Amino acid sequence: MFDIGLWGRFMDGVWITLQVTAYAALLGTALSIVSGLAGLSPYRAVRWPNRVYVDFFRGTSAIVQLFWIFYALPLIGPTLSPMVAGAVTLGLNMGSYGSEVVRGAVVAVPRGQTEAGIALNLAPLDRMRYVIFPQAAVAMLPPYGNLLIELLKGSALVSLITLADITFMVSLLRVNGAASTVTLFTIALILYFAIAQAITLGVRLLEGRLTRGLEIGRAAGRRAA
Amino acid sequence: MIWNWEFAWDILPRLLDGLLVTVQATLMGITLAMVLGLFLAILRRSEYRIISWPTAWVVEFIRSTPLLVQLYFLYFAGPSFGLTLGALTTGVIGLGVHYATYTSEVYRAGIESVPRGQWEASTALNLAPSTTWGRVVLPQAIPVVIPALGNYLIAMFKDVPLLATITVLDVLGEARAVGTQYFRYLEPYTLAGLLFLAVSIPASILVRQLEVRLARRT
Repeated sequence: MFDIGLWGRFMDGVWITLQVTAYAALLGTALSIVSGLAGLSPYRAVRWPNRVYVDFFRGTSAIVQLFWIFYALPLIGPTLSPMVAGAVTLGLNMGSYGSEVVRGAVVAVPRGQTEAGIALNLAPLDRMRYVIFPQAAVAMLPPYGNLLIELLKGSALVSLITLADITFMVSLLRVNGAASTVTLFTIALILYFAIAQAITLGVRLLEGRLTRGLEIGRAAGRRAA
Repeated sequence: MIWNWEFAWDILPRLLDGLLVTVQATLMGITLAMVLGLFLAILRRSEYRIISWPTAWVVEFIRSTPLLVQLYFLYFAGPSFGLTLGALTTGVIGLGVHYATYTSEVYRAGIESVPRGQWEASTALNLAPSTTWGRVVLPQAIPVVIPALGNYLIAMFKDVPLLATITVLDVLGEARAVGTQYFRYLEPYTLAGLLFLAVSIPASILVRQLEVRLARRT
């Protein structure tokens, strides 16, 4: 009932799921930082477009965004491959949620740190880069880990735009009658669960690394979490 | 192909029908999630590890796997367990169970915010567990978590279009049906996105105001 060939199909699906999740995570992380800091900008010309981006992606459904980018966008603009469309949509989506995480964590760094940076005559960019952000990053990690899990779960949507990820493979094998429906979906759920556990573990290890010898940061992390 | 206003106007009623289904599914789903989530939160606090431990794992499992696959499981594999339900019912159960794992965490935070002294006082007064929960702990725990529940209501609303994949005619289902019928996808999908914004932005403003009001009260 369950042969090696079937297992290979699953692994192909896992590989695609990991790829689209990784690309989206890179884009999403970069956007989270840029958009989170833009949200704190003193200039309205920066804050306002950023607000539109965040509210737009948080206010609509990821699946609708994906369908729009894949099926409607080609009619008025560029045609994207399923992988690009999937990674871009999921990345933009994650960025809009991550933006608030970054903003919240930066705001939570005690004011004294900013004041000390000013007193030491650090340029605003250096102040953010060497003083504020490293401390805020510790507070960002736990919610960031949650966002990665949400991203992984959201990646199942790409199966609907013909990308052959885990969910797509399972649906295909089900239609082919390769194994019982219950077996197939159970395996799919377990695969996603395993990847999610690996992500959680990775974030926890990173957290241990970032907080090493940083008692203040750890306290800030607890506050934000 | 460019935007056609006339076509957009013509298909709007169908999309609004879809929106009604989306709203119905959300309301039924959140009701299930709120009730089930409360039970999960209470079970997870059980002093018997044989109850609390499996609950924690089930919650973790459901939380970290895609809702889409869970819906497929219920819809396609359900009949093998003798569970033959309509698409909308299946969808509402899927949404409710998935979000119950989130609301259970919300309730847990609310329950933990109730001072220890309240539990001790209940023990001292020899109250039954049901009285302690029903009359002492929950009435203090739940108001605190209403805004968080509101946020999950909005999140669920945005997940309802997943039900379109199991043939429910929600906003997205209607948009897709219209698109396939007329071979025009730009207007239906754009309108679907706009309808989501039209509901979720005012809703999140309401939740934010509720948050502020509750924060002022305490």
